[in-house]
Amino acid sequence: MINNQESIFTQVKASLLDPYNVSIQDLDLMMSEMLSKGIDMGDIYFQNIHQESWTLEDGLVKKSSYSSRQGVGFRSIVNEQSGLAYSESLEKDSLFKAARASSSIAKSGKTVTSKIEEPSSLQNYYSFVNPISSLEDKAKIELLQDIDTLARSKDHRVKEVIASLAGNFQNILIVNDLGRIVSDIRPMVRLSLSVIVEEGDRKERGTSGGGGRVDYAFFNQSKIKTYVAEAVDQALINLEAVEAPAGEMTVVLGSGWPGVLVHEAIGHGLEGDFNRKKTSAFSGLMGEKVASSICTIIDDGTIKDARGSLNVDDEGEPTERTVLIEDGKLCNYMQDQLNARLMNTKSTGNGRRESYSTQTIPRMTNTFMLGGSHKHEEIIESVDEGIYAKNFGGGQVDITSGKFVFSANEAYLIKNGKIDRPIKGAMLIGDGPSALNKVSMIADDLALDPGIGNCGKDGQTVPVNVGQPTMKIENLTVGGTA
Amino acid sequence: MEQHQDKAEKALKYAKSLGANEASVGFADGEGFSVTARNRAIETVQDYKDQSFNITVYLDKSVGSASSNNLSESAIKATIDKAFSLSSLTATDDCNGLADKERMAPGAKDLDLYFPWNLDIKEAETMAIECEASALEYDDKVINSEGATVGSYVNQSLYANSHGFSGETKSTGHSISCTAIASDNGLMEMDYDYTSARHYKDLQDHKEIGSLAAKQALDHLGSKKIKTTKAPVVFSPRVSSSLISHLMTAISGSSLYRNASFLVDSKDKKICPEFISIREEPHLKRGFSSCYFDAEGVETVPRCIVENGVLKGYLLSSYSARRLGLDTTGNAGGHHNLIVEPTADENLESMIKNIDSGFLVTGLIGYGVNIVNGDYSRGANGFWIENGEIAYPVSEVTVAGNLKDMLMRIITIGNDPEKKGSIFSGSVLIDDLMIAGE
Repeated sequence: MINNQESIFTQVKASLLDPYNVSIQDLDLMMSEMLSKGIDMGDIYFQNIHQESWTLEDGLVKKSSYSSRQGVGFRSIVNEQSGLAYSESLEKDSLFKAARASSSIAKSGKTVTSKIEEPSSLQNYYSFVNPISSLEDKAKIELLQDIDTLARSKDHRVKEVIASLAGNFQNILIVNDLGRIVSDIRPMVRLSLSVIVEEGDRKERGTSGGGGRVDYAFFNQSKIKTYVAEAVDQALINLEAVEAPAGEMTVVLGSGWPGVLVHEAIGHGLEGDFNRKKTSAFSGLMGEKVASSICTIIDDGTIKDARGSLNVDDEGEPTERTVLIEDGKLCNYMQDQLNARLMNTKSTGNGRRESYSTQTIPRMTNTFMLGGSHKHEEIIESVDEGIYAKNFGGGQVDITSGKFVFSANEAYLIKNGKIDRPIKGAMLIGDGPSALNKVSMIADDLALDPGIGNCGKDGQTVPVNVGQPTMKIENLTVGGTA
Repeated sequence: MEQHQDKAEKALKYAKSLGANEASVGFADGEGFSVTARNRAIETVQDYKDQSFNITVYLDKSVGSASSNNLSESAIKATIDKAFSLSSLTATDDCNGLADKERMAPGAKDLDLYFPWNLDIKEAETMAIECEASALEYDDKVINSEGATVGSYVNQSLYANSHGFSGETKSTGHSISCTAIASDNGLMEMDYDYTSARHYKDLQDHKEIGSLAAKQALDHLGSKKIKTTKAPVVFSPRVSSSLISHLMTAISGSSLYRNASFLVDSKDKKICPEFISIREEPHLKRGFSSCYFDAEGVETVPRCIVENGVLKGYLLSSYSARRLGLDTTGNAGGHHNLIVEPTADENLESMIKNIDSGFLVTGLIGYGVNIVNGDYSRGANGFWIENGEIAYPVSEVTVAGNLKDMLMRIITIGNDPEKKGSIFSGSVLIDDLMIAGE
């Protein structure tokens, strides 16, 4: 699908520029002001964010909130230095003041005039719908109540159901130092569900959810049923869970959300900034084997309607499908413009910022491992003794040492090729550059997570997807107590 | 703020005119900067200037809230309209509403929180460059850094509600941090150090921060995994406050009334050994979580949360208190400054001396904490202790247990807290935790 930037631009302009009488000529003047200080690169980032949330508790939607934010970020780059200033007022004089503040890092002065280009056509990977107005408020409340009814009817041990529905809608307009204007309209919805079950003196929580760059119609009956079943089953299974083992063992990771492994163990280490600064455990390993030869890992910002997808990154570059690791060999980093320029390569459309008030840095979009030749059952059957981690909470990595963790919240023992008893949640810990060399089997069931992931870096949170097929890793440390 | 006072009164009046029974508003303003140096040159300079307005409207025991960072009169009105319309859609709950009027803080207290730093960007840049340089110069093995950052921030906020309560806070925060990278045999280790304070005069020397970051990164070089074992574990002051923080989540009203805590119904019960006491000090001068009123205007009062091992109270807002049939504890918005009383005249060094073999944890990663049942499992690094001395650095292991049990098995809390945040806790020694490694 190709969008006509002209019409998107008209919509975005009506929401960000027109109310403040900011014209294209004014954008030109602001950029000229920044360029006249002698910067290498620069951009102006206009953004407004509207979001709402509805929360159900005790069977009723008793809480709802709405927020709206807007601002303009001015970024000036000279060599490796970047200056950022922003204004939350969209009045012209505040904007010019911030433009000057951002370029204070520059020393030399020269007169330059920017030349604003007409917007050109770009691919688009989601529709420009405002999810907040895509459904009547009463219907949002009913949707959450249906979830509650369904969850409680599933099992009498369900004691508490907390469900929330959130919608986010952003207008973005980026002007860069080459005079390009790019606009984007970014919708997002997310549904999260948490249930608490009790039996005797045991209590457990189960969670699930989903979403993407779509409107609320995404949450149809079949999705709702899946979320409820996942959360309730997970909680009930955990009621039976025994102590998790402690120590190194064979670990089979499920497909989908366990892809947080790929994100933590490898993904962050392949972001351009860490490699330009040589602070990553993967620095200097381009072309080298960093995973077993059955592993191919991709970052793809162009997946239709996915939570991590973008039409353009936050520097106005079209997103791409970037092969990071092919058959075990490191072949690409994820780049924004600053790091690409300093490393003599080109941006891969991974320059992202949480908002107008934060720096743009290389970030992941949708990052996953490709499927292999085995069947899920085959992999389980191949393990004499180990664990099967079906679902995960979050993870974290120390980029420099390469050590990463991720926590299993639904896992089982495997005994003699068969799934055995469920085990309690446990942290798994490994070493990024060596862990994926221990991947010995990959199944053909690649799946992305259901669209609930957030990634944090330098204090900035951005939405992402992770994914992987079922896979077997020999020798990963499981942090149980038994 | 005076103009915000005016706007607040207008906003509350407008909410009432729409038909709201009760309402509260908040205004916040912030301004500041941060500069980061790396490789002895400035890498980023960032200016901050934030503003926000939020409103909560109660209509016949239903609630709606909305916020905006556009403070024009029309935007504020639209935000109130939105909150009001949400309150007409949400279900009623008898526990909703402002905190009781008689609980509002009676008068302002100056808690010594406002010390703007008259530091211009150039001086800050020099400081950041010197801080990072002192890390790089510390040792030949310190080959790189993630940079040194100097930042300063001024905050002003106003909370007002339809009881007629209005309270203002003005505060500053300053910080210097550095992350150093050491390398040996092609393997790298990273560590950081930082200082932060309300008053810039309370900051540690910037060059010292650089050297400490470097020293700590060097100390981790050659780290290895250990065999899976059970052993006593010491949490250094840098990480021990996280244990107290998990305890606070478990006794917070929203975890309790949802029955989502391993400490439900634990008030007046013993939750840790009798030599442990934790005080909450909301009025601590220059404290990071000091305030004379909470997020609902309720007067804050110093108290003992844990006294001689017994849990004396929860962390409640007016809503969670009503849900539990209790009174608010002035903790809408969370806990205030917490002081964990030392249980012995000991610090990290002396504790290590008394351990035959054990694990000193200086870094924790990943969440891995289940507040519902207390299960605890986190990634850890630090040092192996042998015969009362640090033997070698350790990484890629986990420590695991159950918080309910871990709290009961605390042996010593040291007198060596870091005072860089809102929880002051010294080193914590816990007996016999499972360490998973090889």
